[in-house]
Amino acid sequence: MSHARRVLLSEWTKIRTVRATVWTLASALVVTVALGMLISALLNNGFDDLSREERLTFDPTFISFAGTSLGQLAMIAFGILVVSNEYGTGMIRASLAAVPVRGELLAAKLAVATALALAVGMVTSFAAFLLGQLMLGDHRTDLGQPGVLRAVLGTGLYMGLIALFAMGLTWVLRSALLSFGVQIPFFFMISNILANVPATEKVGDYLPDQAGSRVMAVIDDGGWPYGPWVGLLIMLAWVAAAVAAGWFVLRRRDA
Amino acid sequence: MIELAGLTKRYGLKTAVRELTCVIRPGQVTGFLGPNGAGKSTTMRMILGLDHPTAGRALVEGRPYARLTDPLTVVGALLEARAVHPGRTAFHHLLCLAQSNGIPRRRVGQVLDLVGLGEVGAKRPKGFSLGMGQRLGIASALLGDPRILIFDEPVNGLDPEGIHWVRNLLRRLAAEGRTVFVSSHLMSEMALTADHLIVIGQGQLLADTSMAGFIEENARSYTRVSSPDRERLLDALNSAGLAATPASGPGADGALDLEGDQTVAVGELAAERRLVLHELCHHRASLEEAFMRLTRQAVEYQARDGAEDRRGAGSRQGWEG
Repeated sequence: MSHARRVLLSEWTKIRTVRATVWTLASALVVTVALGMLISALLNNGFDDLSREERLTFDPTFISFAGTSLGQLAMIAFGILVVSNEYGTGMIRASLAAVPVRGELLAAKLAVATALALAVGMVTSFAAFLLGQLMLGDHRTDLGQPGVLRAVLGTGLYMGLIALFAMGLTWVLRSALLSFGVQIPFFFMISNILANVPATEKVGDYLPDQAGSRVMAVIDDGGWPYGPWVGLLIMLAWVAAAVAAGWFVLRRRDA
Repeated sequence: MIELAGLTKRYGLKTAVRELTCVIRPGQVTGFLGPNGAGKSTTMRMILGLDHPTAGRALVEGRPYARLTDPLTVVGALLEARAVHPGRTAFHHLLCLAQSNGIPRRRVGQVLDLVGLGEVGAKRPKGFSLGMGQRLGIASALLGDPRILIFDEPVNGLDPEGIHWVRNLLRRLAAEGRTVFVSSHLMSEMALTADHLIVIGQGQLLADTSMAGFIEENARSYTRVSSPDRERLLDALNSAGLAATPASGPGADGALDLEGDQTVAVGELAAERRLVLHELCHHRASLEEAFMRLTRQAVEYQARDGAEDRRGAGSRQGWEG
């Protein structure tokens, strides 16, 4: 077995043998789908109460992804745990003694965890869309409509990327407490506030989660300064920066 | 073989390890001694490439650690008992380490049995005692059947039976021709295990010598004498030119100590002056005491040195155990 494959296999064993990481992924799926279904059902029932403008820009695809606002937090938690599991316990020293080339350890861990997050993200995205449409009744759309498949695939991609962003940042912060304390409040509240308060809206639109979630929308309500793919690219730039910072810190610092 | 050449680690103004140069050879147990905070763990982490040296280098089998392919099959290390995720079973902990170095899965079960954890391999280490955690750490060190073993304070937290077991294990590994480098802050423990000693204090090399040589050079010997007529004994000794100092320590009350072996001279003097003696014997100071004296001198020297050139060589070292 090649060296790279050995390290990948080892990282896969690390992820699957700790309960918390498995549970966070499962809850990302359940929370996103369940909340999406609930909100879809509520909007279906209350569709007639919506304003004319709201009805014109009604985006059934985007509505079925409403659960990602909470579900992404579980994805972020997964990303944080995969990395911070090494630090909270001193395991990082055993890991680096086994794989002393630090870039190798980082790359293997990110590759395995991101692949897993992407796979779960895709399943989550399709499940949220399909079950959400079921709840939307007459207001539903389908994968054949223009831009819908792009939005569904994009949402799966978003879920994987947000986990990868969290992993990169956690290599920098190194502690679970600090990582949760910074990232969860940021993505749960602060980012949304920045993106919706007029004073900071222009900057807030370029935050990783705001830019990335552009891809979830099929109908452009005019609230975005860029298109879905540009949004995803902006998010990718954030992710690349976080991973590069993590790699830089891991290389430089004592373990 | 492990080679350290001018190995230095500074944290800001504090020097943890200062120009350490020595060779740790195969086929014997090399004890790495020093008070807590002397730089033992830092040195070991630098050997394993975990901490970057400020200057100098550490080589294992002639190469920097990071250049080793499948390092666990060359060097096995016990760094701290809890380098383990508490929620991952002992078996899986060892399995993920084994997989990364191409070590077969069956070896995991073997080392678990070897350290006496065969029964609890499927359990999560969060319920392990300190001793069990230490055994798991030793299992991970042995995983790759390495030629070099590095143990940082391996007997910490072990019960007497466990300590005995570690001692025998270290001796056996060295007898098999492996390089065994083991740190401790307990001289008494090392005295029973090590063939060779490397002693550091405040990060500096104080001694690099065989155990026998260390005892020869550093274990002070003295003659203890006591008499019910202490004043006359003291006068007699003084007039004969034998320098005596009041003994200290438990059970010393009223006794006098003389440097070296003076039993013959004192015995003959007492007979000549018709003095009653209650005790006359030659003692060799314990290795523990010799070691403490050696490291304490170093600490004091460092403290003066630091005060003079205002480099601030760091706070005084704590002593435990």
